[in-house]
Amino acid sequence: MFSRMAPRGRSGLGRSLAELGLLLLAILVLLDGTVLSLEAATSSEIDTHEGKPGTHKNTSKKSFPVLGIKYDDVSVPFEISLWVLLASLMKLGFHLIPRLSNVVPESCLLISVGLLVGGILKLARDEVPPVLSDRIFFLCLLPPIILDAGYFLPIRPFVENIGTILMFAVVGTLWNAFFVGGLIYAVCQIAQDKYSEIDLSNIGILPCLLFGSIISAVDPVAVLAVFEEIHINELLHILVFGESLLNDAVTVVLYHLFEEFMESGSVSAVDALLGLVSFLIVALGGVLVGAFYGILAAFTSRFTSHTRVIEPLFVFLYSYMAYLSAEVFHLSGIMSLIACGAVMRPYVEANISHKSHTTIKYFLKMWSSVSETLIFIFLGVATVEGEHHWNWVFLTSTVVLCLVARVIGVVGLTFIINKFRIVKLTTKDQFIIAYGGLRGAIAFSLGFILHSEHKRIFLTAIITVIFFTVFVQGMTIKPLVELLAVKKKHEAKRSINEEIHTRFLDHLLTGIEDICGHYGHHHWKNKLNRFNKKYVKKILIAGDRSKEPQLIAFYHKLEMKNAIQMVESGGGSKLNSTFPSTVSMQNIQPKIHSPPSARPSERALPQLTKGREEEIRQILRTNLQKTRQRLQSYNRHTLVVDPDEEGFDDLILKKRRMMELDWKLKQMTNYLTVPRPQGSPTMSRARMASDSQAYVKPGAENVPTIKIDLASPQSPDSVRLLDEVVQDQGLTMSLPSSSSRAYKTSGKDDGRDQQKLLRCLSDPGPDVDDDEDYDDDEPVPT
Amino acid sequence: MGALKSTPAPTEHYDLSEKTGFSLRQIRVLHKRFKQLSEGDDVLRREDFLGISSLKYNPIRKEIIEAFFNRRNFSPSCEGRANEIDFEEFLVVMSHFKPPCSKMTDEQRKSIRREKLKFIFNMHDSDGDGLITLEDYRHVVEELLSRSGALGKETSRAIADAAMFEVARTVGHRDPDEFYEGITFEHFLKLLSNFDIESRMNIRFLKTDVIPGCRLG
Repeated sequence: MFSRMAPRGRSGLGRSLAELGLLLLAILVLLDGTVLSLEAATSSEIDTHEGKPGTHKNTSKKSFPVLGIKYDDVSVPFEISLWVLLASLMKLGFHLIPRLSNVVPESCLLISVGLLVGGILKLARDEVPPVLSDRIFFLCLLPPIILDAGYFLPIRPFVENIGTILMFAVVGTLWNAFFVGGLIYAVCQIAQDKYSEIDLSNIGILPCLLFGSIISAVDPVAVLAVFEEIHINELLHILVFGESLLNDAVTVVLYHLFEEFMESGSVSAVDALLGLVSFLIVALGGVLVGAFYGILAAFTSRFTSHTRVIEPLFVFLYSYMAYLSAEVFHLSGIMSLIACGAVMRPYVEANISHKSHTTIKYFLKMWSSVSETLIFIFLGVATVEGEHHWNWVFLTSTVVLCLVARVIGVVGLTFIINKFRIVKLTTKDQFIIAYGGLRGAIAFSLGFILHSEHKRIFLTAIITVIFFTVFVQGMTIKPLVELLAVKKKHEAKRSINEEIHTRFLDHLLTGIEDICGHYGHHHWKNKLNRFNKKYVKKILIAGDRSKEPQLIAFYHKLEMKNAIQMVESGGGSKLNSTFPSTVSMQNIQPKIHSPPSARPSERALPQLTKGREEEIRQILRTNLQKTRQRLQSYNRHTLVVDPDEEGFDDLILKKRRMMELDWKLKQMTNYLTVPRPQGSPTMSRARMASDSQAYVKPGAENVPTIKIDLASPQSPDSVRLLDEVVQDQGLTMSLPSSSSRAYKTSGKDDGRDQQKLLRCLSDPGPDVDDDEDYDDDEPVPT
Repeated sequence: MGALKSTPAPTEHYDLSEKTGFSLRQIRVLHKRFKQLSEGDDVLRREDFLGISSLKYNPIRKEIIEAFFNRRNFSPSCEGRANEIDFEEFLVVMSHFKPPCSKMTDEQRKSIRREKLKFIFNMHDSDGDGLITLEDYRHVVEELLSRSGALGKETSRAIADAAMFEVARTVGHRDPDEFYEGITFEHFLKLLSNFDIESRMNIRFLKTDVIPGCRLG
């Protein structure tokens, strides 16, 4: 079988592909170089043309140009596309060499590529185009990443830990800024290196503080890039990541503050106070602007039922507008973007079609992925470009001070925070938080736009710190996490029992708080939820879905997830909770020998004839060849895990599951009894919709559809299976049991279910294995 | 309301503090609340709870109130239900919502977990036979969704059935041949083994870190 050969074959294949990739890279770079030099050539040609208009007329008639080069008109888009293409090919190349990408985080590789490209360009042209201009960075490259992060922000852990996150973001960053700024000033004063060309003692305290504020902010791009690959537990991830997002406000304020001070030359107490006020305005203003646009987006999405195609566009445009509007007023654009994404998500998701949801998700991931790649490459290029002022004292002391400041800050803050937390942060947690404080491109861009005389040395230092954190810390954090046995991300599926008990616990705790007479945060959370349900949802969500409670939404999602998992190559009967209730009904019904009239509603009994059963088995068997994709966790770089890695074991597993399914199907036929001839027939529908959004491996074909409609025995059975390639978690058939008695009265519900079913079947469903999707129906977790 | 004139002698409070692990200050505040709810009486009845207005919106209000009168929550050996409870029993029920201490051995953590899960188990198991049957579970889910109107009725059954089936399959390890009577406490523990209840089922108000060393009442 091909899979057995795959491991051996693939490494060889991988190697040659890697070579191919490098070859392509070299070609691209050379092309870029030639293109750019060509641009210089053509421009000079034009000059000469302009220079001598008179002589032209008399010279010989130019023959008709059959083939010409006109590069200027397309130069800008051409170059941009070339860069993006390079970035994407790089990404491709890295993932073909899994050994490398396991050891070295992607960000390091990308920076190295950037260095390489920058070096080549410098050699080719003796001058590198300044590609990482701050405008491109802040307006084009950063927003997709932040929007992606904000839209898919796991709200519940974020809000639960908001106090801790804010402490780290605000107080921690302030501490870092002043500590590093102050001490570096001291170092500059003390260190008098006669051999260096720079006189360090020239650097005043304010530039030092400005430098400190630039360098102290933890960078969300770098954190995301590294943390995504190490899969630590949710708490740590959200702490570091949340901190990196929220400290943007602090950085913005400090930066502008110190810049103003530097220009005006003097600082007064009033200015400091104004700084504090400005911070509040920047932070809260950013959030408000974001929330405003978020609500607008939610409201707009309510009416898009007839124009489904442009739904994603609204999401992107409103978010981008939120970012830009915030930037106009010098508010924190990042916080605005986060607020917009987080606010609009529950409502928009309730309104838009599944296709749009998929589109949004994939576009965001695509853009943010490319953006991140470009940022790191440009970082490498820009490193090569600039002239650097090397001053070992300054550089080493900067790096050391940053580390020390971070450690002291984290330890000190945790000491205070733990007094208020129920789940305390352990030493291991503190270490990871401190170690995960990576600096990145934001610091570089802020340094780039400085108007200081010491810009060069600052920039060099910033680059050094970035390189140090990304390379050293980024590479070593994974083995350290393993070494310290830090709790990893909990990969277990969310069971419906846990969900029920989550809701139950929320209500219970709220009730106990009410009994105590204590208005704790459960009480307020509950109030907010009730307000949300009563007013906000009605306005922002179209139609019926505004009334759907969370548990039901969760259950439907789970059911669809299980239904979708029906399609996986061959058997696989890791039957989940919503497996045919036929079997369950038999088992969990109390054995009551009461007359049949007692519980007609209890029985949900589809009947499968032998023929149908065989057909099902046949279909499932033919799917054996299809590959399976598995979404393990929210990871931007690998949306799917490469299935080839499973290889041979996989095949055995498939076979075993097939046999299990056969057995289960046999069971089903054993348990089928004719339902009692009661009033309304029992009707169970197998909702088998599937999702065509998952990454489809080339070569997979779609199996023709069959219908399963497990109806009452009177009606003929039809088996409906919509086959498309999706995830794998075993084969399940989900049959929501609907009681027969109430069938007529719940016609509305049925109608809605029907509508839902149609929706499922006509649109490919959303990516259902998103673990963080489960409570997206509400803005505030209950 | 809730005048402190008729406070019990401090020695009683000390005893209670020993038993339940609350601090004296917390006991005083809870006592005040107790008096307020019972309108000066020494015992609380079900009707007193119904007077709490904010409890009206709670879908599982009845279960919560019942939990206070369930003798099994007072001590492991008791059975049946009470019709009125005194302050001590009130405190014992409240002590289930203590936040965990910072320094706990694994033993202590396990036993706290058991305690809290037993409380919830008792809430689900309405007839007190030590098993959560399908009917019980259905009732639970229906109550949870009771605020959503008729929409919930159908799906709540489906949800309860699905949940029950999940239990039967994963925890009960039942063959399809066998019949699964109901969830026992041990199965319940296993079912929620991933659920970090010891850090979630708390009211901040009842923090007990004030006492040096943790007392598990």
